[in-house]
Amino acid sequence: MTAIDPTAHLTAEQIEELGRELDAIRDEVIASRGEKDAAYIRKVISVQRKLELTSRGILLFSIFPPAWLIGTAGLSVAKILENMEIGHNILHGQWDWMRDPKIHSTTWEWDHVSPAEQWKHSHNELHHTYTNVIGKDNDLGYGIMRVDEDQKWHPMHLGQPLWNFINACFFEYGIAAYDLELGKNLHKRRRKNPEFRARAKAVGRKIRRQVLKDYVIHPLLSGPSFLTTLAATFTANLIRNLWSHSVIMCGHFPEGVQVFERRSIVGETRGQWYLRQMMGSANISGSKAMHIMTGNLSHQIEHHLFPDLPSSRYAEVAVKVRALFEKYELEYVSGPLPKQVFSAWRKVFRLSLPNKKVKTPDRERELVAA
Amino acid sequence: MTSTALRSRAWKLLELVTTPLLPSDYLDLVSPLRAGADLRGRIEAVHPETPDAATIVIRPGRGWRGHVAGQYVRIGVDVDGVRLWRAYSVTSPTSRSDGRITITVKAIPDGKVSNHLVRRVKPGTVIQLDQACGEFVLPAAKPAKVLYLTAGSGITPAMGMLRDTRFADVVMVHSAPRPEDVIFRNDLHDLVADKALRLVELHTDTHGMLDVARLEELVPDWAERETWACGPAGLLDAAEAHWAEHGIAAKLHTERFRPTVVVAGDGGEVTFGKTGKTVAADGATPLLSVGEEAGVLMPSGCRMGICFGCVTPLKSGAVRDLRTGEITEAEDGVLVQTCVSAAAGPCELER
Repeated sequence: MTAIDPTAHLTAEQIEELGRELDAIRDEVIASRGEKDAAYIRKVISVQRKLELTSRGILLFSIFPPAWLIGTAGLSVAKILENMEIGHNILHGQWDWMRDPKIHSTTWEWDHVSPAEQWKHSHNELHHTYTNVIGKDNDLGYGIMRVDEDQKWHPMHLGQPLWNFINACFFEYGIAAYDLELGKNLHKRRRKNPEFRARAKAVGRKIRRQVLKDYVIHPLLSGPSFLTTLAATFTANLIRNLWSHSVIMCGHFPEGVQVFERRSIVGETRGQWYLRQMMGSANISGSKAMHIMTGNLSHQIEHHLFPDLPSSRYAEVAVKVRALFEKYELEYVSGPLPKQVFSAWRKVFRLSLPNKKVKTPDRERELVAA
Repeated sequence: MTSTALRSRAWKLLELVTTPLLPSDYLDLVSPLRAGADLRGRIEAVHPETPDAATIVIRPGRGWRGHVAGQYVRIGVDVDGVRLWRAYSVTSPTSRSDGRITITVKAIPDGKVSNHLVRRVKPGTVIQLDQACGEFVLPAAKPAKVLYLTAGSGITPAMGMLRDTRFADVVMVHSAPRPEDVIFRNDLHDLVADKALRLVELHTDTHGMLDVARLEELVPDWAERETWACGPAGLLDAAEAHWAEHGIAAKLHTERFRPTVVVAGDGGEVTFGKTGKTVAADGATPLLSVGEEAGVLMPSGCRMGICFGCVTPLKSGAVRDLRTGEITEAEDGVLVQTCVSAAAGPCELER
């Protein structure tokens, strides 16, 4: 929807050829999935479980500041691993090919207030199908933010930096709310819908269990460390929320990422779908540890092209995908985390105000890039 | 409060701590064979038997309930990262004192699991196990005269019985391509030396396939013997016909490793409702394989239509029984055996 279409130089044939080349990359990975990949995910799961258990054990003595610090740090990392590299990716079906009922998208439940079943629908079906299509992709501004110049400005948008920050702090609840499509469903007529009520009940149950674990049982088991453990689990959840919110903002928000109109995806071909994923996602550059901690969503472009390939393979896929970007003269948006987070936040602030009459420097940069 | 009730309370509390996981998810990391865990086993050794067969020594988990000689056990092995289930006869006697069991596997051409087990699996590997099952067992009352009619890897359940129970008068007629292909050849000859077995060893590469009619000359009193037969479908079909012809079908017990496919139809699109996957399937491929290939979690069992471990609700459409050609149409509560059913037009399974 940006003024200049950065893909305008591609012919329909080229786009389909690009699609075929991407299909070939995908087929290659699928043909070579094997023991090493299986060992990888089992290892991550095992490390995460041991880390979580150890951290929670240490937090039983959280009244001592060093124990609080180590326990909270460990639990935060464990929760991040669980949501990102493990939960998100298993629920995508990335590991279904192993046929292990314990590591399967249909049986997995994650450490998150949104039940896996509902998240899979809103994330896998809606977000991944309608990536960056305004009005169809809930991830785009989560229905509370203005994300593109062409969207009409409303005084409510003045507050969007604040909404975004609050959403970041309580991100898992934000996700549960829009997996429920709460905004839409809270209208009187829809509230009574039995299907919605059943889903809301499931979310309530999940929240209850999660809260009971983190804020009641674990603190109670800590005895005299009750309050400090409560503070620790709250902090760990907060850190996890801020982290995953940042990573996810970096995936679709930084400058240079395109958004699309509803009507632009009517009759979309396979090649065009691929192209939209390429233009609608941004990567985060960094070390191997960084990739694991982001659940390999640092390879957001590759993840959006191939959502169900094992995350451990995105790094090697990225080399080939990047070569295709160069071949077809497309911009591969990527940068270190602080830069991308800053870029995304700047956009949130900029779009909280009505459009300026003159072009901003950012728009000019896009013109040059195009 | 009783100790069981107390323990169940403590377990419930533990579940509140481990949610959304279960306490067992953590315990499995350190003790996969413990009591109360899903049944697993650890491979302790692999002993080659012939150039393409090996005996696998398995230490079963604490939940193992033992077996009856002649039964088979289903094992789930990760081959190239993919969990595959197969059934193998238990070849160790029930009296084995160290609690281990053995299965004996023959590598078949293109057999993913059999080749993995015979040639690549490493001691220490943990595998999934099911309780032993199968009706190919000795009766409670010892028959006076016994005949084992076996070929190739069909010897394995018979060996399980031979090692388990001694009979006063037992004959084995066993076929294999060459002497070096005879699994358990040394054990068999030891039994012969002990006068615990009369063995008729046939080498099909030099003597050709056994014609069942020749039993008359090989084992003149064959018709008086309670017979257990296991081997390729050709042998078993011939044996069943032969025994039926002599009106003594009740004396013959057979074990097949694979179902006999008689009818294949046109196939169709198969939808797995819960997983939300739709794939095209031909009319000869069992729905179990179709689902597994698509990454759907399919329960499975013997893979030959016997154990009903794979039954799945059929929500719509129709399926064909590959053994009989019979068509089953969807209705409320209709369950189909996915291992011997193929798509007969578009259909939906609840998986």
